[in-house]
Amino acid sequence: MPSTAPTLTPEQLEAFGQELDAIRARVVADLGQRDVDYINRLIRVQRGLEVAGRGLLFAGFLPPAWLGGTAALSLSKILDNMEIGHNIMHGQYDWTGDERLNGKAFEWDTACPAEQWRHSHNYMHHTHTNIVGKDRDIGYGILRMSEDEPWRPYYLGNPLYAALLASFFQYGVALHDLETERIATGELALAEKRGMLSDIWRKVKGQTLKDYVLFPILSGPSLPFVLAGNATANLTRNLWAFTIIFCGHFPDGTEQFTEEETESETRGEWYYRQLLGSANLTGGDLFHILAGNLSFQIEHHLFPDLPAHRYAEISLEVSEICERYAIPYNTGPLHSQFGSVVRKIFRLALPGGSGPTAVAREAASSPRAVVASANGRTSTAQGRAAALESGTGRAKSTKARPTATTTKGRPTKDRASSKPARAAAATGTRN
Amino acid sequence: MVARAQSSRLAGATSPRGLGRRLLHSSLAEALTFPHGVDRYVELVRPLLLKRDVRAEVTAVRHQTPKSVTLTLRPNENWRGLQAGQFVGVSVEIDGVRHTRPYSPAGSQHAAGGALELTVSTHPEGRVSRHLREHARAGLIVGLTQAQGDFVLADPRPDRVLLISGGSGITPVMAMLRTLCDEGFEGEIGFLNYARSRELALYGAELDRLTDRNERLSVARGFTRGRGAKLTGRFCREHLPAVISEHSGAATFVCGPPALIASVRAVWAKDGLAEPAVETFTPAALSFDTDGAEGIVSFAASGREAANSGLPLLEQAEDAGLAPDHGCRMGICNTCSCRKTTGTVRNLVTGQVSTAPDEQIRICVSVPLGDVALDL
Repeated sequence: MPSTAPTLTPEQLEAFGQELDAIRARVVADLGQRDVDYINRLIRVQRGLEVAGRGLLFAGFLPPAWLGGTAALSLSKILDNMEIGHNIMHGQYDWTGDERLNGKAFEWDTACPAEQWRHSHNYMHHTHTNIVGKDRDIGYGILRMSEDEPWRPYYLGNPLYAALLASFFQYGVALHDLETERIATGELALAEKRGMLSDIWRKVKGQTLKDYVLFPILSGPSLPFVLAGNATANLTRNLWAFTIIFCGHFPDGTEQFTEEETESETRGEWYYRQLLGSANLTGGDLFHILAGNLSFQIEHHLFPDLPAHRYAEISLEVSEICERYAIPYNTGPLHSQFGSVVRKIFRLALPGGSGPTAVAREAASSPRAVVASANGRTSTAQGRAAALESGTGRAKSTKARPTATTTKGRPTKDRASSKPARAAAATGTRN
Repeated sequence: MVARAQSSRLAGATSPRGLGRRLLHSSLAEALTFPHGVDRYVELVRPLLLKRDVRAEVTAVRHQTPKSVTLTLRPNENWRGLQAGQFVGVSVEIDGVRHTRPYSPAGSQHAAGGALELTVSTHPEGRVSRHLREHARAGLIVGLTQAQGDFVLADPRPDRVLLISGGSGITPVMAMLRTLCDEGFEGEIGFLNYARSRELALYGAELDRLTDRNERLSVARGFTRGRGAKLTGRFCREHLPAVISEHSGAATFVCGPPALIASVRAVWAKDGLAEPAVETFTPAALSFDTDGAEGIVSFAASGREAANSGLPLLEQAEDAGLAPDHGCRMGICNTCSCRKTTGTVRNLVTGQVSTAPDEQIRICVSVPLGDVALDL
């Protein structure tokens, strides 16, 4: 899949970064009552849905009460995890000084301890977005979601693993920061993760006690209905969160990167990588709220700490900026974006796996695959050597991402000479 | 008073309301509302009925002077009471942002139902004071900290008490005076009370009333920019005989602007007397240069201090041998977010300069401008 991203000169990248910084500064200056009222209203709605849902399930032997209660509880968990929890934990409301809206204090209604999420998501994923070998959101350590991940027979089960991950997503997320695959290979000792495990256990215990022991027992004769309702609500939230999150970075057209080409990025380059690696979803206001505004994944990755309900208005400016720089702005309705993710899950179950362009892509990217397979964390010297040797192989990514050129010579004095060279490389390898 | 408070609390334990409270505070309720906790649900319906947080409802608002507002507060059951002279942190939300400021309640520590009286004087730059003057209404809920500070009367009470206040500094000494009167204190009390003018003088009528009722209390007022007062000009040794027979040996409490405190201290030092108890809430003047490399950075939780090197606070903390949590080092991930208790910092990403006490900052992109204290 050839990249459609243009090559930007260092000057363009800097100007591009400044335009995005300006958007950020303007929104930050405008933060106020409107934002606090929004999040507080959402919290009230979520808590109301939760109380109503659990209350209705007490009468769960009546089918309409069971359906209504389960739906309300599902919505409550979705709102709690996505628009409220995920966004508050990014520190989007830290400026309010309200302890209840504090990113470091917030805990959410899911199995993953907030503290571990803040590390694996806020830091690892958001700083190293789509860098194969660093961003563990690429496949969660169990799926093959990148052509750069070398194929093994294990990956024949890709669609099955994806279905399991989607169904038990809250536990997948809870185990995310454990790096179980590195424990399995012996790279990490289980003992190193003991503290983390006991935190996960404490959180899972609290969640299980509430959803599968206390509320069912308290409901007396409705026990089986409450149990089923709570399990359904958790499953619904799991499937929904998986769907939205996998639409963020894996639809057709999103790009992935190597550690080498992202070394010594400037802020403009970092913005550019976030943009090329993320994809949006189109939909109505309610859809965006239920998606935690992760349907504006691009804006979220550019400005992870701005209140997410602002992304809709910001997206107009971001897409306009992208148009001016001819940067692809990846967006589409849920069914087509998720459809392309599902196709990718199936495609990558097999060796190679870039569809019609698989062969070309295989040839072009094989040096990168070598680098990645060396462990995904290859010493940079080795990575650079491979990159330099590969010549045409690197040309594709060189053209696609200005970051690649900056790894060799930071965007300083050789601008004039490097510009036409890169342009030539671009025309030579496009298609 | 104390006995009455206790008996009402005992009655509360068996009333329906007391049972409700006990149920809400049970570990079962906590397990059912995991992980948010029962307060996060109850507060949406009953904002004062909380297990942990101290909050208060404004029950009355009056304006004594054109530049002040006097609020009566009813704290919730988590309030542990105060000693006259102590201060509390009061939090209000202004345009979505929570601001906390210290105020010394002016009421007696024995006030019925634990009610607090706050008299807030407005300053042109005072965001919170102006907000309270303009917007505080009965029914407003504010956040409180527990009472703090050691500007308090000794227990048992001293034989003779001398109070000296300037401007809005009247509030903690007013609390002491009212408390002593409630306790039927029989010793001598002298009170030198300075204000800019009669128009801006606080608690004038009440001081007259108290003086009429207590012959061992004498109050003298001085207006530094107006006429019609017993005393002329600012505080000086000559003012003391107007209110007290002999100032040496009297337990002395001074609250007001730094200049007043300095001149009282000078007199006491000259007479070879022990330092009087003092309290001031006037913030030190802002001073910073663009290099920002001045002042002391203190890490309160670990008890370390270092001279400000002008680097981001995360690096200064690491240079001081600390290992704060951190992630991206570029202001993105919020891992290093930490509470700044006092001081001014500039955010390197936004260029924003912030001075608010008790705010969360990302130390990887914040440089101190002058003295800064972090909860690290």
